[in-house]
Amino acid sequence: MSESSWTWRTEQVIPSETGAGKRVLDDLLVQLEAHNWAEYDIHGIHLALEEALVNAIRHGNRSDISKNVHVACKLSPEQLWVQIRDEGAGFNPEEVPDCTDPENLEIPSGRGIMLMRAFMSKVEYNDRGNCVVMEKHRASGAA
Amino acid sequence: MAAYRRLDVAEKKGKNQDVTVVGFVDRKILDEASIQELGQELFQLVEEDKRGKIVLNFSKVDFLSSAALGKLITLDKKVKSHGGKLKLCHIRPEIYEVFAITKLNKLFDIKADENAALDAF
Repeated sequence: MSESSWTWRTEQVIPSETGAGKRVLDDLLVQLEAHNWAEYDIHGIHLALEEALVNAIRHGNRSDISKNVHVACKLSPEQLWVQIRDEGAGFNPEEVPDCTDPENLEIPSGRGIMLMRAFMSKVEYNDRGNCVVMEKHRASGAA
Repeated sequence: MAAYRRLDVAEKKGKNQDVTVVGFVDRKILDEASIQELGQELFQLVEEDKRGKIVLNFSKVDFLSSAALGKLITLDKKVKSHGGKLKLCHIRPEIYEVFAITKLNKLFDIKADENAALDAF
């Protein structure tokens, strides 16, 4: 998509404290509502971004206050693009256990990435695993 | 009974026995501090107040993160380890979808509404 198609964008650097992403998330939700995105889509985007931000802060940066999380969002009438990058060592998302496996069902954590993939059209990690790009296409459902 | 900040706790009549019905003060259960406090209060209900028959009513909840689901899983284990029963009710469709995607609808006993949950005791 050409850069001129984006009607709103933001870039913020947030500290590694949970709750620090609230402002960028709130800003995005206001924009989605202003652009009349469906409530169902807004709920899914909110959840996916919340999970991704917590992952970056808690797992990526290990809640190290000296590390930041870099968040970039771009919004067009038909598409949302979000990039979340932490300053940690990275990880391999393929090695995250399947939380729906019966032996993992009672483990309290490990569901964030599955929820991101369920509610966004596209979720991609870089090779290092410290940067995730998510897209939501307004016309289609989750990937 | 202890005072609760994040929970609305009431005793109601089930079909065969008294049941503790718990509602949530927060509409959006997502920030870490709130979830920690919420978890502590839920665990207190079981471990200190010795409530063993519990219904969680989600009618006022708009949003639930996976961290909150984690607290519910731990609560379910605690209730079962104390010989009790936990049921969930009034979960709106977009939140129920989160339970379904993560297959937690197989772990928890989820009822449509509070009356159905109370009747199950």
